[in-house]
Amino acid sequence: MPPRKVHVQARINGEEVEFLCEPRQSLLEVLRDVLGLTGTKEGCNDGNCGACTVIFDGRIVDSCCVLGVEAQGRQITTVEGIASVNGLHPIQQAFLEQAALQCGICTPGFIVASKALLDQEPNPSEHRIRHWLAGNLCRCTGYDKIVRAVLEASQKM
Amino acid sequence: MQEFEYCAARTVREAVSLLAEKGRLARPLAGGTDVLVQMRSGRRQVERLVDIKGIPDTNQLSYGPRVGLQLGAAVPCYRIYQNETVSKMYPGLIDAAALIGGIQIQGRATLGGNLCNAAPSADAVPSMIALGAICVIAGPNGTREMPVEDFCTAPGQTVLGDGEFLVSLRIPPPRPNSGAHYLRFIPRNEMDIAVAGVGSSVVLDRAKRSFVSARVALASVAPRPLYVKEAGDVLAGKEVSAKAIEDAAEAAMAAARPINDMRGTIVQRRHLVGVLTRRTLREAIQRAGATAA
Repeated sequence: MPPRKVHVQARINGEEVEFLCEPRQSLLEVLRDVLGLTGTKEGCNDGNCGACTVIFDGRIVDSCCVLGVEAQGRQITTVEGIASVNGLHPIQQAFLEQAALQCGICTPGFIVASKALLDQEPNPSEHRIRHWLAGNLCRCTGYDKIVRAVLEASQKM
Repeated sequence: MQEFEYCAARTVREAVSLLAEKGRLARPLAGGTDVLVQMRSGRRQVERLVDIKGIPDTNQLSYGPRVGLQLGAAVPCYRIYQNETVSKMYPGLIDAAALIGGIQIQGRATLGGNLCNAAPSADAVPSMIALGAICVIAGPNGTREMPVEDFCTAPGQTVLGDGEFLVSLRIPPPRPNSGAHYLRFIPRNEMDIAVAGVGSSVVLDRAKRSFVSARVALASVAPRPLYVKEAGDVLAGKEVSAKAIEDAAEAAMAAARPINDMRGTIVQRRHLVGVLTRRTLREAIQRAGATAA
């Protein structure tokens, strides 16, 4: 017998979305495999690396550690929901200008996490940025460029 | 991931019956940051996850001067450290709630889950033991309570029987002239598992010159979080002094039963217990309003 799928309704990037998923599918799997929102990346798949970071009812979470069925009635922002019709978000622009990425796998997670920080704290210190982003791992940049990009974005916003 | 059934319970009674039906193959779901990872890696077989986040009792976060803190088992870390009253009354608890995982994990992970996961390295458990926290457990035979230090029995094992789950934790109101602190040692600044951790609390006399009582608990140096009664006993009634603090540190080091593993050695861990016991006691004394010796 195929596993029973559950009907879930959520608000993703400002739009009402309905989907069917198995209980065993993580929110990360639902975003990528069911909804085609492949901007959110799978890194470690166990809550260590932050590549799958999304904003879940206003808080950043690792979407690999949330079930798709738990999205029922929630508001979710993925990296696809960060830019506007007018262009890139200042954080995204700053990442480009500061060359704050190399392979790019961690980048969506860093951008979503940084957006959540600047939404609640428009002018964080460098120390605060480093602490906030401790749950996002990057094996390429050495972090300095990322931190500079977030600082620059905070000054421009 | 393995197939399983997902049920969202609305009441304690409903959760108990959903859990009891499946016995050991059922598991409560709060933040999910441990259980989902364990299921995905095949370390834990689960046929039914019972989501307890929709139960009012598991979401309570309230302080009263008589009962103290009522902390629901499904309250995530960020709600605890963002709560002004809790931050003011229980800084020793905030020490742990604010250093578990990164911001993403703190958005989901709960102190109840940290306890139920029963890792010897659980950061919040020494804090809770030091603060004298009580577990409120619901099950098929009603509700029972027990001190946090009696809850974990072995790595990943707890006293919970079939159909039982942790509903909430109760932490007594802070006594006058008291303070608590938790510290761990990790080789990086954030996001790591304790090589050793120590939670301490002290109650001083009115003149803030002597210990009325003290509690010390250890992480990562035994098969379960370890309450070291002897360390508190050597302080009770003594004057606040470097000698007394040293004696308590010696007692904690003697009680530790560490192992060698990828994170540290027996010698290093025992040494760390001494260092962290001294430091947490000094900070707890300062938080109690006295100058540490």
